[in-house]
Amino acid sequence: MIDVNALIGPYPFRYVPHPDPEVLVHVLAREGLAGAWVGHLPSAFHRDPSAGNSQLFTALATHAPALRPVPTIRPDWPRWHDAVRAAAAAGAPAVRAYPTIWQLGPHDPRMRELALACAEARLALLLTVRFEDLRQRHPLDTAGDLSAAAVRDLARAGAGVRLVVTAAGRDLIEEVHWGLTPEEQRRVVWDISWIWGPPEDHLAKLFHTIGADRFVYGTHWPLRLTQTARANLALLPDDLASARLADPDRLFA
Amino acid sequence: MTAVPSVTPLAGPGPLIDVHAHFFHARGPRADWAAVNDARFRAGERIGITYHVASILGSWGLSSPVYFPSPSDVTDGNDAMLAIARAHPDRVRAYVTVNPNHTAHAVAEIDRCVARGAVGVKLAASRRADDPLLDAVCEAAARHGLPILHHIWQHRTRDWPSQEISDGADLAVLARRHPAVTFILAHIGGGGDYMHTFPAIVDAPNVVVDVSGSGVDRGMLDEAILRLGAERVLWGSDVTMETGLAKLMGVEAIRLTADQTALIRWGNARRIFPAGSFPTVEPAAARQAAG
Repeated sequence: MIDVNALIGPYPFRYVPHPDPEVLVHVLAREGLAGAWVGHLPSAFHRDPSAGNSQLFTALATHAPALRPVPTIRPDWPRWHDAVRAAAAAGAPAVRAYPTIWQLGPHDPRMRELALACAEARLALLLTVRFEDLRQRHPLDTAGDLSAAAVRDLARAGAGVRLVVTAAGRDLIEEVHWGLTPEEQRRVVWDISWIWGPPEDHLAKLFHTIGADRFVYGTHWPLRLTQTARANLALLPDDLASARLADPDRLFA
Repeated sequence: MTAVPSVTPLAGPGPLIDVHAHFFHARGPRADWAAVNDARFRAGERIGITYHVASILGSWGLSSPVYFPSPSDVTDGNDAMLAIARAHPDRVRAYVTVNPNHTAHAVAEIDRCVARGAVGVKLAASRRADDPLLDAVCEAAARHGLPILHHIWQHRTRDWPSQEISDGADLAVLARRHPAVTFILAHIGGGGDYMHTFPAIVDAPNVVVDVSGSGVDRGMLDEAILRLGAERVLWGSDVTMETGLAKLMGVEAIRLTADQTALIRWGNARRIFPAGSFPTVEPAAARQAAG
């Protein structure tokens, strides 16, 4: 199993213990995970993410192929197409984008352009609904959660688009999923890092209604306890014991 | 009712007390209330929870607000909670929930429910924690030797809708007025900035924290134990049991001593609730006392 939602680097709004690739490798081994798609956390907040992307590629180079880089690309930054080409050339499975932090609205054409460029390069576009719980955010952290409308808009951008949406809860997942055609639904997978387990059993309900094959394993490390995703799967009801998550490496298969 | 598990619990075989659980009942807004209760039991068996110490907050909003329950809703909710505890004497203990704005009713409700087996008091967010109106409730808790589980926002920077929210600093004020009562500061993972909570209560030794809540920030458990000591940290789940299990796995990962882990899992709860509240834990306590 692969963790699609891991990051390295510090977080601007609170101390995060040792967010380093060496530690991540150790954590993955402890959790029985084969590898991770890894982003660079500070790049989400940089005006120009290119330096952070370089840092990411360098930091992960000695941990290939277990740790695969997921660079950050701003579609409102000059020559961002070059960054897409560089990501593909570097073997990245996906690129990360943070439209709310960059103040790109839910129907911003530049985000659709990025999704289509990624599709052409057979890169997934990884979106983050939130880094932290709304109730604990720093006063300067005003971006807000990614909206369902933004995800729907990107899912509708084109047939080749593949979205990996991380840190979403049940409400947003359902609002997106049932607001798309069956063909569009197949373009979106969701990580399980922020979906409630029992007694509300949101994850189980989503597996029943949407299907486990629309979900991928994600932990939101280093911000959240890696064990949460494992605990959630372990607590699924017996009738879902054989449920299988999607393989993120086969999104374009 | 679900079957007794035949496999090793996910959280290991030792005793485990959830000091922050909730159940639902027929006089609330949820049609699926019984299924959610069953799901708590099912997950509890899988995790290895020995006791769920639980509350019901009035009508859960059906006929009065969750955090401002009317006296009649308080009574109905407590009756439902006591009925669940009676139906599951081997694994459920009840808090008596009160609304201190109705002080006489609150005190009478504590007396009534203790006589029927309640082992603690639950204060939601009907009044700020440092309000003098809570004194009568605390005195009743002291008289019965009960801990008080107090709903808390971790760092109250403003008012939040639908609750008279308190934070660690507010609860510390109340705790200093009532040194004979142990206060369980609710859900450090339940919203707000827990890094504010620890220094706010560190000098109020009769305040302990439960780790429940959907928040699973890395570093939260480490900081709680570092700042307060394992003897002031209790395990709980609240409305997300997978995060509760993850925190137990997290405690394992940070490599506490066996004694520290036992305190968090059950030892602290055994110490602060009335003697004899958790009889099936006693053999483990005896073994530990014997070294």
